Amino acid sequence: MIKFDSVSKRYPGGHEALLNLGFDLGAGEFAFLTGHSGAGKSTLLKLVMCMEKASGGQVIVNGKNLNRLSRRQLPYFRRNIGVVFQDHQLLFDRSVFDNVALPLLVAGYSNEDAARRVRAALDKVGLLKKENQNPIALSGGEQQRVGIARAVVNKPVLLLADEPTGNLDPELSAEIMDLFEQFNQVGTSVLIATHDRGLIDRNKHRVLTLEKGRLADSEDAA
Amino acid sequence: MSRNASSNSVVGRKKVNKISWFQQNQETAVDSLSRLMVEPGSSFLTWSVIGIALALPVCLLLFLQNLQQLNRSLDQAGNISLFMDIAISEAALENNRREIEAMEEVLTVTAISAETALVEFQATSGLGNVLENLDENPLPPVLVVTPAETALGSLPVLAGELDARPDVEYVQVDLEWVQRLFAIIGFAERLAAGLALLLGLGVILAVGNTVRLAIENRRDEILVMKLVGGTDAYVARPFLYTGIWYGIGGGLISILLVLIVFLFLSGPLSQLLTLYGSDYSLAGISVSNALLLLVTAGGLGFIGACVTVIRQLKNIEPA
Ligand SMILES: Nc1ncnc2c1ncn2[C@@H]1O[C@H](COP(=O)(O)OP(=O)(O)OP(=O)(O)O)[C@@H](O)[C@H]1O
Ligand SMILES: [Mg+2]
Repeated sequence: MIKFDSVSKRYPGGHEALLNLGFDLGAGEFAFLTGHSGAGKSTLLKLVMCMEKASGGQVIVNGKNLNRLSRRQLPYFRRNIGVVFQDHQLLFDRSVFDNVALPLLVAGYSNEDAARRVRAALDKVGLLKKENQNPIALSGGEQQRVGIARAVVNKPVLLLADEPTGNLDPELSAEIMDLFEQFNQVGTSVLIATHDRGLIDRNKHRVLTLEKGRLADSEDAA
Repeated sequence: MSRNASSNSVVGRKKVNKISWFQQNQETAVDSLSRLMVEPGSSFLTWSVIGIALALPVCLLLFLQNLQQLNRSLDQAGNISLFMDIAISEAALENNRREIEAMEEVLTVTAISAETALVEFQATSGLGNVLENLDENPLPPVLVVTPAETALGSLPVLAGELDARPDVEYVQVDLEWVQRLFAIIGFAERLAAGLALLLGLGVILAVGNTVRLAIENRRDEILVMKLVGGTDAYVARPFLYTGIWYGIGGGLISILLVLIVFLFLSGPLSQLLTLYGSDYSLAGISVSNALLLLVTAGGLGFIGACVTVIRQLKNIEPA
């Protein structure tokens, strides 16, 4: 699903965020991405989303070589990937429902089909009753779950999450991890960036550890 | 989790219905318009700016159209008086009349016999008694030539041709008046065209700037849309419609302004024209021209939005 082949990323300032990175994430796999602050976790996810381009090496995601992805193909590529951000990136000028519906509207779904899928996704994250509220009126955990609903509403083949449990209490974190497990069970590949060691230890999955932009070790917890 | 969990909570691979390109556009158009209506005050301001910019050249053009029409309706203007040989026979006079009337550049020719001319002169000049004492009629017969509309621009040529006729002694044209008018109209037409061009450019810039602000206001939304797979066309579309709506709204206001201006002017003007013996009435903007104005306004709005959207949206990329 994701293949990095000696990938480097140098930011315009000259900072080397990632150095000669190589790994493979198979289809349907579940992996954690960890490392100290500034190790390059977010950078790696941005490369996968094609929000940043690699300065060297090959990034292949869902069979597409991102070096050769044209501007025109980019949106269609992104529709296969769901992303959850730490700062959830919700729009506060519209309801929870409309936030979750965005990926579907962008892809041209009819209103009925979109509504059906949005409700299914909100149901999954347990927020069906709050569909008409403005996300600003929700708690941090609820907002995070709206972000997750938006990430999965399009049934992506790959789900990325950057610190999805960053500011949640352990109980909520466990609930959200449970959601990711469910999506993984129906075939979605999952890659979660986090430095919450406890979270990693509780869930037995493959761990990719970054250290100053290099891959330290690839422990197979399972 | 809820009553419909069984039907749709599992990842279903059902075929989805995508809405058509046309339907998408329709929805976006309506959404863009309703966004403008949310802030009627500031939208109205933009509409007014565009409306005034469009109304100016349109008023000028309509005014010129009226001036040309008016020129045609005032009979004397551009008429050519041919003072004939004083000894000309009535048959020869009628012959001349018919030949001249047959000319392409001529609309009609009226013959005024020497006798009629004398009677008219006596009546209007106040020299009746003096003339009565004359043995002979000193006035020649006159042919009054009304040129065809097409010849109005080149009266001197026509006058020259008529002067060359053997029976014509003297040609009198109200040339200066007509020529000046035509020169002024020609100049003003250019002025109007230049003004239209300049103000059209102004409309494009005004819409462009307003759309730029709209894009800035929806920056977050654009970022998220791009992140979840919105194409450039999808992201741009609402702003293009915003531009079109600004244009059309401005066009409506300009039509309203033109109507008001003509209503305002037509009263005093018809009074003025009655004094000059004309029953000419002011022609306002026609329905087809109003529609053309709306379409043009919408087009200018679209261009303004296009220019901005192409430049701005490239700069807004999630990172
Ligand atoms: N847009 C950018 N321009 C320049 N440097 C950047 C940019 N984004 C990140 N960096 C640098 O790249 C390095 C890796 O950043 P990154 O955000 O990937 O780290 P991270 O592992 O996600 O850290 P954290 O756990 O704090 O989120 C950092 O040193 C950061 O300063
Ligand atoms: Mg980070």
